[in-house]
Amino acid sequence: MTEKDTQDKVVPMTMIQALRSAMDVMLTRYPNVVIFGQDVGYFGGVFRCTDGLQAKYGDQRVFDAPISEGGIVGVAVGMGAYGLRPVAEIQFADYFYPASDQIVSEAARLRYRSAGDFTAPLTIRMPCGGGIYGGQTHSQSPEALFTHVCGLRTVMPTNPYDAKGLLIAAIECDDPVIFLEPKRLYNGPFDGHHDRPSTPWSSHPLGLVPEGYYSLPLDQATVFRPGRDLTVITYGTMVYVAEAAAKETGIDAEIIDLRAIWPLDLAAIVRSVKKTGRCVVLHEATRTSGFGAELVALVQEHCFYHLEVPIERVTGWDTPYPHAQEWDYFPGPARVAAALQRAMEQ
Amino acid sequence: MNRNDEHAHGERLRLHVPEPSGRPGCHTDFSYLHLSPAGVVRRPDIDVAAVDTADLAYSLIRVLDEQGQAVGPWAPALSPDQLRRGLRTMLKTRIFDGRMLIAQRQKKLSFYMQSLGEEAIGSAHAMALNEGDMCFPTYRQQSLLLSRDDVPLVEMICQLLSNERDPLKGRQLPVMYSIKRAGFFSISGNLATQFIQAVGWAMASAIKGDTRIASGWIGDGATAESDFHTALTFAHVYRAPVILNVVNNQWAISTFQAIAGGEGTTFAARGSGCGIASLRVDGNDFLAVYAVSRWAAERARRNLGPTLIEWVTYRAGPHSTSDDPSKYRPADEWQRFPLGDPIARLKQHLLALGEWTEAQHEALHKELEAEVIAAQKEAEAFGTLADGHIPSIASMFEDVYKDMPMHLQQQMAEARHFGGRE
Repeated sequence: MTEKDTQDKVVPMTMIQALRSAMDVMLTRYPNVVIFGQDVGYFGGVFRCTDGLQAKYGDQRVFDAPISEGGIVGVAVGMGAYGLRPVAEIQFADYFYPASDQIVSEAARLRYRSAGDFTAPLTIRMPCGGGIYGGQTHSQSPEALFTHVCGLRTVMPTNPYDAKGLLIAAIECDDPVIFLEPKRLYNGPFDGHHDRPSTPWSSHPLGLVPEGYYSLPLDQATVFRPGRDLTVITYGTMVYVAEAAAKETGIDAEIIDLRAIWPLDLAAIVRSVKKTGRCVVLHEATRTSGFGAELVALVQEHCFYHLEVPIERVTGWDTPYPHAQEWDYFPGPARVAAALQRAMEQ
Repeated sequence: MNRNDEHAHGERLRLHVPEPSGRPGCHTDFSYLHLSPAGVVRRPDIDVAAVDTADLAYSLIRVLDEQGQAVGPWAPALSPDQLRRGLRTMLKTRIFDGRMLIAQRQKKLSFYMQSLGEEAIGSAHAMALNEGDMCFPTYRQQSLLLSRDDVPLVEMICQLLSNERDPLKGRQLPVMYSIKRAGFFSISGNLATQFIQAVGWAMASAIKGDTRIASGWIGDGATAESDFHTALTFAHVYRAPVILNVVNNQWAISTFQAIAGGEGTTFAARGSGCGIASLRVDGNDFLAVYAVSRWAAERARRNLGPTLIEWVTYRAGPHSTSDDPSKYRPADEWQRFPLGDPIARLKQHLLALGEWTEAQHEALHKELEAEVIAAQKEAEAFGTLADGHIPSIASMFEDVYKDMPMHLQQQMAEARHFGGRE
């Protein structure tokens, strides 16, 4: 359940400011919260997400780390075992791979293998996603590599309000949480129309964020746009692309923003698909064995007799993320619109 | 320079692949160990700068000489009672290992790993730590646990048997203990991961202004894993209150320590290269292990930073119950290992002091045998993997997350249906 102080002052924030606010709130609220990562301390992060936190809380709470993703996650596991609540940052999701062993073999398994003797209440923040000319190693969406790991929670917000509430919940959660932040959404929503001027969060209702503490549940989806014609299941930047495609096609799509990628809100998905009978799954990540495959399988298992048409998938291609061909790769509104139309035509 | 000149100046390149001097059927030349005589290596002040320990990383700290006398600056002031206690832990570890090896051969447990020949390291190190300090062990530091009288043998054996009383509920391979209250972190099958976690735990203790320290453990082979390097870097950068223990038992399964990077250098030297005070110690010398562990613990506790210790020892037994060392190393290698047997050496010292007798030794041996056998019997009463008295199906699904998510609840119901039991 959403918990918030209704007296709390609501102010406009970008996603960056909302994430920073979440960490600020949690540093104040819990003496065991510590924040670290590459360039996170003095400099305040390459995306400014931790700006000013070291000055406010000191270098025992917020500090710079060596360039060693395995080391950053490894010390976080050790700190968690001690009883701290570390919030570690990996500068780009594309660079989590050196920490794979610590994430998969250690953080995710610690509670299980020790029968609860030790736990890893960590949050690992990773800016993810493309649409920024980031090329191969600044654009990836590796969520499926985490959702396959039992013991992890994988979360991705789509707006400042959710970003703060979900990050607070992730930090409070006693399970290890992979917190993926679509960097394309850091400063404003993005619907895939790269040729149009980008809009800032200040002009968006979800850019209004309470200043104090509130949290959002880590296992609940939201209906981002209610509709009757078909169900779009998605998360991250693709939520806005789906909204644009629905508008441009005139198809009354119900867009579900998963927020919690895994474990997910199956009831919300089933409720919607049973209502619409049509389903399109969207993500930026590459197609084969991407998280969309799991979504397609779940819908097929739970909604088979309600489906009017095959489930569609619109995803990144099965290639590394290119630089020059960014907009041929990124599943933009035209590709999504085509999928929505296909789903409606049959 | 033309092509002909190149040929004239040198031979073709050749890849260097290190080999142990001893293979089955021949003797090992142990001169590569570069041993120092007992008592000769200096004992620096506790606040020594890391750079001033470089020579110590290439020497070998030893206390017990060939006659069993404690000599030199590292000789600790241990009472006869403490020495007897150390001997008891080492003997208990060896007897426990021996019994569990037999139990594995009898198929009562699926797997086991002995620490034969390495008993001094954990036994003496444990004595140098305080209540509340946290060890991040590998699978071969059972002596750390066996030093604790408050850890019942029955509890350990139930873990080995994966039975209904297994504290880890049958989820873990035998020997992968986890006993937080005894300062013994959950063992992982993935090598070296715990080394950096120990540093993180120590950093946490420093962040909280605590007085507890961490002790990380790794073998010679696993130093090649990247987490070894990250641990040294983070420990140095943040001056973490951690003892970084490298147990160089010369072998990583079938791989000689030279293939891990030990040829022409030492593992202690890695520490000094990273700016960490580093010592190389006779791991079969109980007194040296205790004295150096105390030194490092004191250093950490006084906020003077981490210490890396290379314990030079020998893996006397097979790597595990799945291993046959006669396929890759001489059968008599342990008998020829110059640092001998840690139990025999401490026993010799106690005998020389007049604080121990052969009769006492024999009596202690019998007493510990009886203790282990009784514990084994008691543990087996709670079931074994072989007799099917194993933890519930539900416990397979619990603790993946703090609260069981819906998908696991559904899978648990399905597993129960097919398992036909709780």
